[in-house]
Amino acid sequence: MIGAAVWRGPEAAVLTVGAVLVALLAFGIFVAFTGLDPFAVYKVLYLGAFGSRFSIETTLTLAAPIMLTALCVVIPARAGLLIIGGEGALVLGGLGSVLAGVALNGAPASLATPLILLAGAAAGAIWIAIPAALRQFRGVNETISTLLFNYIAIALLNHLVSGPIRDYGQPLKPTSWPIPSAFMIGTIPGLSVHWGLVYGVAACLVAFVVLRQTTFGFALSILGGNLRAAQMAGLPVAALALTAAALGGAAAGLAGAVEVVAVHGAASISLVVGYGYAGILVAFVARQNPLAVVLAALLVGGISASGGLLQRRFGMPDAASTVLEGCIFLAVLGSNSLYGRLRFLQSRSAEVK
Amino acid sequence: MSEPSQVEAARVPLVEVVGMTKRFGALLALNGVSVRLEPGSFHAILGENGAGKSTLVKCIMGYYRPDAGRLLLDGVQHDIYNPRQALAHGLGLVYQHFTLVPNMTAAENLVLGQTHASPTIDWANERARIESFQRNMPFHVDLDARVTSLAAGEKQKLEILKQLYLGHRVMILDEPTSVLTPSEADQVLGMLRDLTKAGRLSVVLITHKFREVRAFAEDVTVLRGGRLVGAGKVAELNDADLAGLMFGRETVFASADRTATKPGKAALEVRSVTTLNDKAMTACDALSLTVREGEILGVAGVAGNGQRELVEVLAGQRGIEAGEVRVAGVHYDRSRKQMRRYGVHLLTEEPLQNSCVRGMSVAENLSFRNFDDGANVQLGCFVRRSVLRRHARTLIQRYDIRTPTPDARLDTLSGGNVQRTVLARELSGTVSVLIAQNPCVGLDFSATSEIHSQIITARNRGAAILLFSEDLDELLELADRIVVMSEGHIVYETPRAAADVETIGLYMAGHRSEREDLWASNA
Ligand SMILES: Nc1ncnc2c1ncn2[C@@H]1O[C@H](COP(=O)(O)OP(=O)(O)OP(=O)(O)O)[C@@H](O)[C@H]1O
Ligand SMILES: [Mg+2]
Repeated sequence: MIGAAVWRGPEAAVLTVGAVLVALLAFGIFVAFTGLDPFAVYKVLYLGAFGSRFSIETTLTLAAPIMLTALCVVIPARAGLLIIGGEGALVLGGLGSVLAGVALNGAPASLATPLILLAGAAAGAIWIAIPAALRQFRGVNETISTLLFNYIAIALLNHLVSGPIRDYGQPLKPTSWPIPSAFMIGTIPGLSVHWGLVYGVAACLVAFVVLRQTTFGFALSILGGNLRAAQMAGLPVAALALTAAALGGAAAGLAGAVEVVAVHGAASISLVVGYGYAGILVAFVARQNPLAVVLAALLVGGISASGGLLQRRFGMPDAASTVLEGCIFLAVLGSNSLYGRLRFLQSRSAEVK
Repeated sequence: MSEPSQVEAARVPLVEVVGMTKRFGALLALNGVSVRLEPGSFHAILGENGAGKSTLVKCIMGYYRPDAGRLLLDGVQHDIYNPRQALAHGLGLVYQHFTLVPNMTAAENLVLGQTHASPTIDWANERARIESFQRNMPFHVDLDARVTSLAAGEKQKLEILKQLYLGHRVMILDEPTSVLTPSEADQVLGMLRDLTKAGRLSVVLITHKFREVRAFAEDVTVLRGGRLVGAGKVAELNDADLAGLMFGRETVFASADRTATKPGKAALEVRSVTTLNDKAMTACDALSLTVREGEILGVAGVAGNGQRELVEVLAGQRGIEAGEVRVAGVHYDRSRKQMRRYGVHLLTEEPLQNSCVRGMSVAENLSFRNFDDGANVQLGCFVRRSVLRRHARTLIQRYDIRTPTPDARLDTLSGGNVQRTVLARELSGTVSVLIAQNPCVGLDFSATSEIHSQIITARNRGAAILLFSEDLDELLELADRIVVMSEGHIVYETPRAAADVETIGLYMAGHRSEREDLWASNA
């Protein structure tokens, strides 16, 4: 179920942690079948994700965009929309930021960089608002349409970078014009992690407060919980749904813009590395709670970060970390059916109230 | 499970429920309840809203795992861990809501429910079996009719037929008659009684209606606050005894006298509204009606004649094809702003589907009308949850909503208490226009009289009230004026003083008035 309004705190937390452990167990069995020692693999997995300063920094860098793309699922889910278009919105955000960066050439960086990030967010917002409007006014299923929108976004990116905005100085792979290097953002002082991490964590905090504490968030919960109740309360249903979708799209668009201004300096197919899909995984593991998104993104970022090490150390295929992510996703979804079934959690959560 | 042909001869078991106990967190919803159901008996279970009736049924049927208690069939203890096991023991449950597949025929629905499903269906064989089965039944349903085309009473009969066809010999019915008109209810219950008299069935009937208990049941068990507070033969207890047991006190019935008001200006006007139903067929056809200030306009009619769609139009849940709704003389766009400005409130049926969010708390559900209003908001956009919760506490007390805390999820409340929650929300503000649709279905009678008096009080204060009800007695008690709705039209109107039950019944049943020509031209 998406958009569940009451956060069933302790029960949800226990179920999620339990599901992750079950997934690790299943992955261990899978590993054992390939003839490797599962405990050695777990150990390397841990080392690759959190074992050293370098691996922690890699984990954090990978987690930053995933936090933002996860919000592209979480915020619309509050309004009852199941959006999986984070990948496309991220691409559009990247393109938007490149165009803004090129257009702002010569402007002071303190003005240009915020505008570039804003342009990326705006592009993502519009991109996701379109399928939401199709759903609202034409009844088009938003999950299918956002999935297809991902392909359109990638095709659009390929088209633009191999022609209209191509930088012919880059012979190796089609790449867009670069943004002026003065507009690039650096790393957080004392860490070799770019500022995107701060944006990601801040966005999750803001989303948490907005969804939990504001009248807008309250109205979204009603809408996501029961459309008919929202209509009966006279809420502006279409406006709420579109706003929620646009905010989600803005988060994913911001992720794309950050990838451009902090990592690549230009748009290219390097933007399409699955952050959008990882965001879906993270949103569900976090049970649509923006604070839990931060933790779940660190988990998934860590698994990705250790992928290379697993490959080098054990010769495991690079799909191995995807298998683990898949196990986690399935275990968490499956654990939803246990809500209200575990007696010891029942009485506990009743007391906590 | 055994084949239907063998089952027809199957005996009805003696069912004993012993010491059933169920706890939800701190709440003891059932406290050592025992019930004995002799083969072939018709047993009623009574209790006020939240007494634990549905919980008892769910424990017996394996939906809940009881904390203590046993179920004995013919003296043999059976542990029932899930509904499938209960069905396999021949226990069947009929809900208030239908579980039939709407787009399939009656015969297909009968076959569908079987648990011994084989990968292929031999239709000729099944058909012959169903027909021979139906020959032995005191009532019949057209086997080739699609469920969608059946009236509520027919559907309920088919539901019961299905249970019998599946070989269930003990049937538990949880408020089965709330979707039926009184005459349909009498028919269905009468038929069940005949089956029990013939020793082919035992029936447990959960209801709030004394009339039904009196007319059909032999034994009665009364629950209050999860405990068994009385049991006995219906014939040996009078209504006052039963009420005393149910409420545990001398019941004081709320009652408000209608003051002689002169109806004022038109407050709610429906002007030639045409709207479509879910199948895109005309549900209301250029329908007009006017409710004045200080007046209750009752709308009578058999369910399915466009009442639901009209309520949805007024609630903003359904589009208007043609025509207009006006409130206080201006166009009504069904926005939040207008609802608040003109004090428009609604009590719709099936609140969990229509007007509440199951997964939100009681306090949140109570604040749908005012969470974004004045004192509930700080700094322009933050909801003051502490204020909402305090407000909720007051309402919970005032409207006697039985909930452990304001933060409990709404869907953990009993059916009647969900309804009280909506009532508290809708009636606690300033009500100028109230649209009520079967507002008392599923409520015990102390709550019913409470709502009736609230409606009258609102009217006396000058509110305009549009009351849809399938219960004619309710309309005759409350309404100042009664109209009859049939096939999307208003076909009859009468002031209450001149209302005649038979005439109204005639029009409800589709009698056509002088407007016949108009209909024909629209059809
Ligand atoms: N799943 C649940 N979790 C917590 N409390 C529950 C749950 N189900 C029922 N309750 C509580 O148990 C009590 C009994 O509820 P139940 O539904 O059995 O009442 P009922 O007698 O059927 O009332 P009604 O006539 O209103 O349907 C209520 O106080 C209700 O709040
Ligand atoms: Mg009940």
